[in-house]
Amino acid sequence: MEGVKHNRFGPVIFSKYERGSAIERALAMSREDILFELKNSGLKGRGGAGFPTSTKWMLTAAAISDKKYLICNADEGEPGTFKDRVLLIEYPELVFDAMVVGGYTIGATEGIVYLRGEYEYLLDSLNDYLNGMRKDNLLGENILGKKGFNFDIRIFLGEGSYVCGEETALIESLEGHRGEARNRPPYPVNTGFMGKPTCVNNVETLATISHIIVKGSEWYKNFGTSKSKGTKLFSISGDCEKPGVYELEWGMKISDVLKLVGAKDTKAVQIGGASGVCLNSSQFDRTLAYEDVPTGGSIIIFNKKRSMLKVLKNFMEFFVEESCGQCTPCRIGNVKLLEAVKMIEENKLTFGYLKKLKELAETMKIASKCGLGQSSPNPFLSIIENFKEEIFNYAGGGEYAKE
Amino acid sequence: MRKNNNVRAPESQKRLKVKIADNPEDIGAMVHIEINEKKVSVPLGTTILEACRKNQIHIPTLCHHDDLCIAGVCRVCVVEVEGMKTLQAACSFPITNPVKIKTTSPRVRRARKNILDLLLSEHYGECYACVRNNNCELQALAKEYGVDHYNFGHIDKPKFQVDNSSYAVVRDMNKCVLCKRCVRTCIDLQEVGVLEAINRGEATYIGTFFDKPLADVICINCGQCINRCPTGALHANDPRDEIWAAIDDPEKHVIIQTAPSPRAAIGEEFGLEPGHSLTGEMNTALRRIGFDAVFDTNFAADLTVMEEGTELLLRLYKALAKGEPDVAIPQFTSCSPGWVKYLEHFYPDFINHLSSAKSPQQMFGALLKTFYPKIKNIDPANIVTVAVMPCAAKKFECNRPEMTDSGYKDIDYGLTTRELAQMIKEAGIYLPELPKSGFDDPFGDATGAGLIFGATGGVMEAALRTVLELVTGDKIENIFENAEIKPVRGFEGIRYAEIPVTKVGKVPGIISHLIPDFEWLKGITLKVAVAHGTANAKKVLEDIKNGGKFSHCHFIEFMACPGGCLGGGGQPIPTNAEIRRKRAEAIYKEERTLNYRKSHENPKLIRLYNEFLTDGPCGSVSHKLLHTTYTKRGSFIV
Amino acid sequence: MFVEEKSDIIDEIDKLIAKYGRNRSALLPVLHGIQKKYRYISDFAQQEIAKKLNIHPVEVYSVITFYSFLNKEPKGRNLVRICKSIVCDMKGKDAIVKALERELGIKMGETTKDKKITLEYLNCLGLCDKAPAMAINDRVYTNLTPEKAVELVNKIK
Repeated sequence: MEGVKHNRFGPVIFSKYERGSAIERALAMSREDILFELKNSGLKGRGGAGFPTSTKWMLTAAAISDKKYLICNADEGEPGTFKDRVLLIEYPELVFDAMVVGGYTIGATEGIVYLRGEYEYLLDSLNDYLNGMRKDNLLGENILGKKGFNFDIRIFLGEGSYVCGEETALIESLEGHRGEARNRPPYPVNTGFMGKPTCVNNVETLATISHIIVKGSEWYKNFGTSKSKGTKLFSISGDCEKPGVYELEWGMKISDVLKLVGAKDTKAVQIGGASGVCLNSSQFDRTLAYEDVPTGGSIIIFNKKRSMLKVLKNFMEFFVEESCGQCTPCRIGNVKLLEAVKMIEENKLTFGYLKKLKELAETMKIASKCGLGQSSPNPFLSIIENFKEEIFNYAGGGEYAKE
Repeated sequence: MRKNNNVRAPESQKRLKVKIADNPEDIGAMVHIEINEKKVSVPLGTTILEACRKNQIHIPTLCHHDDLCIAGVCRVCVVEVEGMKTLQAACSFPITNPVKIKTTSPRVRRARKNILDLLLSEHYGECYACVRNNNCELQALAKEYGVDHYNFGHIDKPKFQVDNSSYAVVRDMNKCVLCKRCVRTCIDLQEVGVLEAINRGEATYIGTFFDKPLADVICINCGQCINRCPTGALHANDPRDEIWAAIDDPEKHVIIQTAPSPRAAIGEEFGLEPGHSLTGEMNTALRRIGFDAVFDTNFAADLTVMEEGTELLLRLYKALAKGEPDVAIPQFTSCSPGWVKYLEHFYPDFINHLSSAKSPQQMFGALLKTFYPKIKNIDPANIVTVAVMPCAAKKFECNRPEMTDSGYKDIDYGLTTRELAQMIKEAGIYLPELPKSGFDDPFGDATGAGLIFGATGGVMEAALRTVLELVTGDKIENIFENAEIKPVRGFEGIRYAEIPVTKVGKVPGIISHLIPDFEWLKGITLKVAVAHGTANAKKVLEDIKNGGKFSHCHFIEFMACPGGCLGGGGQPIPTNAEIRRKRAEAIYKEERTLNYRKSHENPKLIRLYNEFLTDGPCGSVSHKLLHTTYTKRGSFIV
Repeated sequence: MFVEEKSDIIDEIDKLIAKYGRNRSALLPVLHGIQKKYRYISDFAQQEIAKKLNIHPVEVYSVITFYSFLNKEPKGRNLVRICKSIVCDMKGKDAIVKALERELGIKMGETTKDKKITLEYLNCLGLCDKAPAMAINDRVYTNLTPEKAVELVNKIK
């Protein structure tokens, strides 16, 4: 059963933190100072897209409006990702405190947590937690005595749609529409929820902010590489002895990660969930960092027994089901890529057609309306490229094969 | 009444909130950009598509439509914007900084071709077996990009059953490209709300509430979705086969009446620019096709003016002179069957405001199976009546059970402008080259008042010309220059006019048995309004509900379609504001050349009242044949 | 539908709207509430909701069909949903599915004759570290074996 708290160790997110301390600290700072701290920390969005968090906050803070919103994106739907679940169960204070800090910084009065429907079992405990915060004046009016600073948080439950993790689709969903991504520009920082400036942050981004506010950006910058500051939560699963959530500094080699989690006979690693890329063993010395292999933190490990074609099929089936269906490249493109996998299974795919499909995949990446269609060809391209010997049975041996 | 602040169409499909500066001289009002290395300046907030169009750079589009809000879903219009990783949809990208745009780079061309190939792979059917052959935006795109084979295959079995439950609109989702133009038309433009996207991903299709047949939902049959569909997924329910069969049957006397709008638009089906009236040529073509008689619906429009105008005076007399409390004022026009059904569904409590006068089509139908066979000595059972209309809803209207007052189905078939053009082509006729000819008697004369029924505001203008002359005894030309009542003309969604009645005359003989005098009208300001498109109608109705300005009106003209009949759901495709404006110009231009311009002066109409409708407008014969009742349908879908 | 049922639904909708407001952004929470109580959202309920939120019924229908967790038709009293995402798939989802199908005598996507249990797939429960996983109504169960899964389902049978 879920809900059990573990003892976790990590340099930043899993380091010691007391509820409310980020709020207390932030309220003693000016908004400019908070934004400076964030900028100095180099924190980038932890949902996967990697947009600088300080810029997002700055733009929302600069937008002029009678009402602004801060939204916590807890629609963690990427297969192989579960770090937000752990944060919400075990470290809700990090997430909610940062939302209050965000509300203070950007001038929002309302925070909304968009919680994926699959996590409905967390709803009651999270609401209880929020009530506790209200009781202690960490939410509500004149928070911690700061006159005129009012902020509250409510939780909105998703209804089972992966694409709602895309921020504009998420906003559409909040407004009671189909979760179809909007045209951008205008961006949510100008025209977001209910047409008001809206800042959408990932759960982990927020959790990190709480620590940065309390301990300072200089401290945070001690971790990671020169271009990728700080740490990252990794959801590690698949063929390994110790699956789970790990807080690791940016810049770690994939092979070291594999060692850490007790992976043996590893053939492939899917980085970034279904929409990420799949690497083969020749690439395991690459590092996890924005400058090399950027990721939203999902690592799925496959050992030598796994059929990569089946893996790819599972991914493509997922995208065909979860595409919202509004734009052509994503709606039909994913179907064509899935068909291709089936053609390979039936030994019907010609290399001529495969070439066309690769071009199609490139088109999907640049012409789809939102991130879903722009990233769904990633597993197709990387698995077909990195595992072509296996998939096209280069060394199968024909009738001389064992089976 | 609750204020509706809810967003109708999804936010993603709304126009962008970029304010275009009024004065281009203001600092920051213009942005200097580069398109294909050519330097141009555009107002801040212009979309890339608009900027390209203004600079004669062609961008292919599919989901974009000038009348509708932005969707950005087909992705056919993608272009390259320097500095951005992905391609951007030209239709939805607002220019707010000095961007550099490439519209035909290899990446762009390849992407467009791939997207097109994807659309074609899912588009069922072959072009030669399609109602939109040669007038299909998907087909045109395929031609533009030189598609000669299907790169990603081609679906060979239909996925959906064709829904032809409706008298008006046929939906064939196998040809749908999911551009959502129909959804935006139905929800946003018309605010009827019958169509939406159902399911998601690959399983998405456009459907109705609980996938019910169109006939069972609250569709008003306006057909605006047909006009905006880029492919053959939506088309009108086509009666051509039955009509040909009737023409070929020697027993049958097949009559056709032609409404004012088709003649102003049918040329477009033969490659003419919008704005050419082909009245005389069309008459000749209809005779060559084999219709036994060709009549002008405008004659019936004149009749409608007489009946509806008299009804208005009667209502006003009862309310203003006699102080009867239950008289429903303002009176609403009832010529537009889409509007009538809209009211029956969405504002059933208002149906007593609707004029009981039938639409011109149905008035004519009732005469053609009563008065006409009598004087021609034909068995009405052998008469087949066809009405050429710019309208899809007329197909439904003629099938209403109420519309059988002659003892037969008053109008057998409603034929759209598009379908008539098809019949003319089938008969091997090139319409623009034909000699002109007139309409047949005994209804050969029609007035300009009847003709302008085709444009929004036309019914109002026609009615005012007659009512004001009857009331004041003065020539309308003395009140409005050239008899043109400008305040009710134009394309603004809702128009309002006040006309003070400063003097009254003697009650003309034709209605003197109904109203003794006009003294009670003296000094009154006649308040009228015009609304076109049901979204505008809704605004007016809500205002009336709230006791606003329009609740004090005396008479309001409503048309279901934007632009009135000339923008009807049966008119040639495509449509946009410019095309509708040109069609209106053609109508008004022709009107100026006519001998009679006021309905009550129509000599053939006077004869009809003398010989057949002998107890005058709103008398017992006219009540039986020319007036009707309405149904409170409500909007609950069973 | 009986009159009492209808007025019961109307009451429930009114309650939810009082809580979430009349704005369209109340749509998903209201639908969630109705489904929670009635296990599906009937065409009557959809039209009532549309009326109260001042949107078109087809828009409500459209939204319901978009989201996997909203049903327009009744399902079994208990919803058993098995995660089919990659890790659960690798860790033996198929064996669990086969065991449950055998045990209940129905296929995935079907409901038992007594309307007690509906079997369904779902995309990623976010429990990949404890795969394979499934959800029974709003509780989740992890590190399943076919035996364990059957045992859990038998408890609600």
